[in-house]
Amino acid sequence: MNFLLTLAIVFGILVLVRIANVAQMAAELSGENEEDEQDKSNKWNGLGFLLFMVFGIALMVYCTVKWLPFALPVAASEHGVDVDKLMNINWLVLIVVFFITQFLLFWFAYKYRYNRNRRSFYFHDNNKLEAIWTIVPTIVLAGLIVTGLMEWNKITDRAAAAKGMKVQIYSKQFDFTARYAGNDNTLGSSFFRNISDSNPLGVDSTDVAAKDDIIAKEFVMPVGEEIEMVINSRDVIHSVYLPHFRVQMNAVPGMTTRFHFKPTITTARMKEITGNDKFEYVILCNKVCGVAHYNMKMPVRVLERAEFDAWLMKEKKVFEPAAPAAPTAPADSAAATVTAMK
Amino acid sequence: MEVNQHSTTVETTHHDDHGHHHGHDHHHEHEESNNFFAKYVFTTDHKMISKQFLITAIVMAFLAMGMSLIFRLQLAWPDTKFPFLEDIIGRWGKDGKLDPGFYLALVTLHGTIMVFFVLTGGLSGTFSNLLIPLQVGARDMASGFLNALSYWFFFASTIVMCASLFVESGPASGGWTVYPPLSALPQAIPGSGLGMTLWLVSMALFIASSLLGGINYVSTVLNLRTKGMSMTKLPLTIWAFFITAILGVLSFPVLLAAALLLIFDRSFGTSFYLSDIFIDGAPLDYSGGSPILYQHLFWFLGHPEVYIVLLPALGLASEVISVNARKPIFGYKAMIGSMLVIAFLSFIVWGHHMFVTGMNPFLGSVFVFTTLLVAIPSAVKVFNYITTLWKGNIQFTPQMMFAMGLVSTFITGGLTGIILGDSTLDINVHDTYFVVAHFHIVMGSSAIFGMFAGVYHWFPRMYGRMMNQKLGYIHFWFTIIGVYGVFFPMHFLGLGGVPRRYYSNTAYEAFSSFIDINVIISTAAIIGGLAQLIFAFNFFYSIWRGKRAVQNPWKSNTLEWTAPVEHLHGNWPGAIPEVHRWPYDYGKPGAKEDFIPQTVPYSETPESNTPDDHKH
Repeated sequence: MNFLLTLAIVFGILVLVRIANVAQMAAELSGENEEDEQDKSNKWNGLGFLLFMVFGIALMVYCTVKWLPFALPVAASEHGVDVDKLMNINWLVLIVVFFITQFLLFWFAYKYRYNRNRRSFYFHDNNKLEAIWTIVPTIVLAGLIVTGLMEWNKITDRAAAAKGMKVQIYSKQFDFTARYAGNDNTLGSSFFRNISDSNPLGVDSTDVAAKDDIIAKEFVMPVGEEIEMVINSRDVIHSVYLPHFRVQMNAVPGMTTRFHFKPTITTARMKEITGNDKFEYVILCNKVCGVAHYNMKMPVRVLERAEFDAWLMKEKKVFEPAAPAAPTAPADSAAATVTAMK
Repeated sequence: MEVNQHSTTVETTHHDDHGHHHGHDHHHEHEESNNFFAKYVFTTDHKMISKQFLITAIVMAFLAMGMSLIFRLQLAWPDTKFPFLEDIIGRWGKDGKLDPGFYLALVTLHGTIMVFFVLTGGLSGTFSNLLIPLQVGARDMASGFLNALSYWFFFASTIVMCASLFVESGPASGGWTVYPPLSALPQAIPGSGLGMTLWLVSMALFIASSLLGGINYVSTVLNLRTKGMSMTKLPLTIWAFFITAILGVLSFPVLLAAALLLIFDRSFGTSFYLSDIFIDGAPLDYSGGSPILYQHLFWFLGHPEVYIVLLPALGLASEVISVNARKPIFGYKAMIGSMLVIAFLSFIVWGHHMFVTGMNPFLGSVFVFTTLLVAIPSAVKVFNYITTLWKGNIQFTPQMMFAMGLVSTFITGGLTGIILGDSTLDINVHDTYFVVAHFHIVMGSSAIFGMFAGVYHWFPRMYGRMMNQKLGYIHFWFTIIGVYGVFFPMHFLGLGGVPRRYYSNTAYEAFSSFIDINVIISTAAIIGGLAQLIFAFNFFYSIWRGKRAVQNPWKSNTLEWTAPVEHLHGNWPGAIPEVHRWPYDYGKPGAKEDFIPQTVPYSETPESNTPDDHKH
């Protein structure tokens, strides 16, 4: 097999050498002088650029129409809708610029292909023209920068976050865990040295705020309410990416990152919108984090408030005893923590 | 080889008083040696060193391209077995299935090799070396020895990187940016073992190479210009290499610092980048470090690096476009100015790689502002290129076609950069295939197109022979179709929310609909890849069997074409030619021919002189 492959490659190279030789000889024999040869290739390649542009643009438009349905469905968060709007404005500007510049480039290539009876136009400077294409892009960009930053400031405004329901998204190779802050809306503090099999998030059992914290293997949100994700990682950098909500924030070991947003479309509603019964929201890990990076995800659901409360009731407390009749569980955990610290 | 035997002589005769050069006309002592080692290995001749860089880069480019084809097979046909993989990559492709860990290693090495070895070492190394002395009118680089050292450090770094492929735990596999903690902890991924150590060693060698080259380029441009070659008579190629070298000298040391601190964290127990880590069932003792610090240091090089890759390509394209449009480059000074502005801005935009790292949002705003400003000088460059074509007389040589391809990809990729540079819009496309599409078009394709343009254009200057034009055309058309075929569809994956560096997209049900797009991408990649074999064949065939080149095959104005076809150490047999005019007098009204070389004094061209002449 390998031998045959090598043979085929060697043979292929020999054939190419022969072709190149023959082509060169044929060109010499045909008596075509080099200038004619050049004229011909200039003509065909000039035409090539024109055709490339026409077919290229046609294909791009075709692909866009065909593949646009694969783009993400309507944003499922409040700020996401604005992000999409901004994106569309940007696209509009960019597509116009794209078509103008590419058209000029390829059209000029065709139009001004070589002609030995013609001289080029000696034109090397024009301050007015250059001023125009410095100033116009500057104005357009100023618009894009300002609209972009206004939205960015809104998204990252901490005042809105304070009202949000706090949910810790805890990342490790290769899964996510959600911790809900409970009635006090305060997450109990945590420390990596507290981590043990029974306390995978390393929550501090002596912290009163931790008592009502709830742990879940899916990220469930009540619709229409502000959520503040408090993001941590215990090993390497991960990224908490919720494409449907236009949300992304890295999870960085040794520090806490945050992202707050308001989900606006329930999972059930999104199933109707997309016409897909199996539609589910998801958190994907979007920072390469190890061999199973591509498998790191967590299901996400958006429910009505009542459904959400019912769901949350059923989830386990951080320090809930495994068996119902063991009220001393917190103390046990604390003991476990102490052991782990040793 | 006797100097006097050269049939071609320099037309201009001048006394030996060439400005800054301290006139040691040493070419008589430096007869080319026939000793293999002296000629090909320990050479200090910039022309030979440039060939060393080029051929090393071509070999590395094929290696990195091969890697990408292997992982493209996996992405398009995740359920198919490719038994030949086992023949190529052994246990990493057991039973014809690519190992997920090795997939990441391939992605990492593809990026590292392409960015550093091909587009930095290969592009700057080849063309700065070849063209700086020849186009500024110097006999060699300021220091031939440092120059040779620069190549051999580069060579050593490629060898170390390739050696890491044979390490038992596999090569580095945390992505080409090697973010810690992933890259710092062997427990996190097998590739962070010995493979990562070798990656860092290789990179340290590469940085040394880059610095040795860079200071040499800067000092040669500043000090060894021939008489009459003022900075504003330099071809734009030289301006591009000059600015690139300055960028490299200022930013590569920061990467070295980043790499050194990472080495300390990995091997000596420091905590620059590490804190609060629990892995493999145990807490680690690292405390107080920040993984984000690494990203700041890395991207402080990483972003200028983009322009270290791109500016030489733009410089080569400027020259090629002007020569082949038979028309002066439009806005010569604006071209220099925009390169300087881009270079300056490139140092204050690194944070746009970090919008979603938890960096202070206000800092993010600052980086949005500086980043989007880059679009202004870039737009100026694009419009200047297009205006250069307007009413030109365009010769479609392969180099011209690649240069025009560069302008096209520079536009396409540059525009999507406006989306990524906007922090608000970046949130949702960050680290998705949208980013992959963007930088492969704007940086990868543009730079490689510039490199191809350079190779086709200066091949006769390097080897004294011509490359086959027809094969060049075929190469171009397949390549540009391949490039757009691969990277245009990727935008849609990104807009669909598909993350990059995923071994397969099967984990999330909704992504299964993207498999058709992946098949198209991989098919285009294979076609584009095969087209490169045409180039390789053309290149190596032409070295020995190509048509012999005349002295100035493209009727070009710059100095390198006044040197004889046969190489000699010292470049010109007689005195170094003197320069009288800017390099872009193409198609000047009244002139006898449609080009006037830089060596022709105005006194010899009364028919075409204009009152404007002394402005450039």
